Amino acid sequence: MVLVFIDQQDGHIKKTSFEAASYAAAVANILGSTAEAILLGTVGDDVASLGNYGITKVHTVANESLNNFDAQVYAKLITLAAQNADVVVFSNNTTGKAIAPRLSVRLKAGLVSGAAALPTIDNGFTVKKTVFSGKAFANITVTTAKKIIALNPNSFTVKTTGGTAEVVALDAAIDTAKVQVVSTDLVKGEVPLGEADIVVSGGRGLKGPENWGMITDLAHLLGAATACSRPVADIHWRPHHEHVGQTGLAIAPNLYIAVGISGAIQHLAGVNRSKTIVVINKDPEAPFFKAADYGIVGDAFEVMPKIIEAVRKLKA
Amino acid sequence: MKILVCISKTPDTTAKITFTDNNTKFDSAGVQYIINPYDEWYSLVRAIELKEADATTIIHLINVGAADSDPIIRKALALGGDEAIRINSENNDSFYIASQIAAIAKEGAYDLVFTGKETIDYNSSSIGGMVAELLDLPFISHAIKFTLDGSTATVVREIEGGEETDKASLPLVVSCQKGMAEQRIPNMKGIMGARTKPLKVVEPTAAESYTTIASFDLPPAKAGVKLVSADNPEELVRLLHEEAKVF
Repeated sequence: MVLVFIDQQDGHIKKTSFEAASYAAAVANILGSTAEAILLGTVGDDVASLGNYGITKVHTVANESLNNFDAQVYAKLITLAAQNADVVVFSNNTTGKAIAPRLSVRLKAGLVSGAAALPTIDNGFTVKKTVFSGKAFANITVTTAKKIIALNPNSFTVKTTGGTAEVVALDAAIDTAKVQVVSTDLVKGEVPLGEADIVVSGGRGLKGPENWGMITDLAHLLGAATACSRPVADIHWRPHHEHVGQTGLAIAPNLYIAVGISGAIQHLAGVNRSKTIVVINKDPEAPFFKAADYGIVGDAFEVMPKIIEAVRKLKA
Repeated sequence: MKILVCISKTPDTTAKITFTDNNTKFDSAGVQYIINPYDEWYSLVRAIELKEADATTIIHLINVGAADSDPIIRKALALGGDEAIRINSENNDSFYIASQIAAIAKEGAYDLVFTGKETIDYNSSSIGGMVAELLDLPFISHAIKFTLDGSTATVVREIEGGEETDKASLPLVVSCQKGMAEQRIPNMKGIMGARTKPLKVVEPTAAESYTTIASFDLPPAKAGVKLVSADNPEELVRLLHEEAKVF
């Protein structure tokens, strides 16, 4: 059996969990097995609909105390559900990264975090993962009986299969959390950067935080998340959580639009898994053009208003 | 208070990534090595700030690596660690490394174990959580702020689309990232002092490895950029919509 951890926030299943569920179903298919899920805490969503992603059974512990996230409490419960699992799948997000290593120890299961593809099983159980912050891949062979895979967000195409999953309550004692979540502060109305299909990003070429309107306007029109380069976060033009690159967040959206970013190797490392890269920069020698699919050599202050207008017309 | 700071040796952020031995080994020829930035800029510097606020705090550094780790350990000592322990092993399996760190952490009865949120070479984000589980301690990952009030820690951590504020009692394992502290450069006094600080080399304890690296791949090269004239940015929008079909 392949078990996938379904991550929830604010009573809703996270988008990356559907991707992880679909991936788990594909792993089960490779192993000639079935995919089951575990969901902790209470959600308003229809849990049985995970069947649409190839999940046959969902183990739930619908206890409100589990809406307080403590990786230690979670890992213990997932261990119970994973007793018969050959593989456990997580999304490689902040929740998955907190639980999966603990579970690895509990299950004596080798962990591949940052998986970028399905496992191959013809020569050991081997999973491709990103290394060197996206500059390369490593093929990791897991040598333990049980395996854990944490899948990079936006790395696997979600397949819907139709169907309804059986929902069963996992009968388990819940430990008292040692980590108390005091408050959660979500940036309302914005797309989380790690999950975004489209990302519009700005660099020092924009000259100052007061010029970020062109980035946010285009992002809103496209339903995109906003990001920035490291210097921009370092000089506090934009918040740290928007920093993408080697020492910031590594992302892999379908479309990455970089405006006024030269494309230093550290920045490229965080974004080069994007499927389509667009670069707008007035310097034709900017290294970013070598990594781009589409580009405009031009002044962002002249080009961006026209692009925004053209997108506005298209979306109207 | 005793803090254990985990230090990893990684290639410099500008290093060119290539492989040898039929793509099974990282090619270290000409590569500069640094302290993993998350370990240095955020976890070590935050530990130093805690020591500056409370002079009785003791900071121990731990590295799992061969003798070629010593220069980065000395640099970390120059920044402000009190003493360092190097576990003499080149094994790069996360569980193996975490087992070594957990063995030392258990023996030293540390109040806090700090790691970076990941290393910039293997990007596995695994050590902190594994060490916490091996020690049966709570673990807070992706910390961007850390404050202490007696033995209660308040930690702000990054979550998807925002931040979460957590409270937990020591002892505790925390993985650190940007926001925890600002990068520092060692001063001359620190560099001179680091030479005489203890750097203890110990042999590893027996531990399993759960994974091996079969091979490496480089990402496929891009086909080349399609440039659109700055006079006609509307054409870019058309191409993205009709050719790339990304919106």
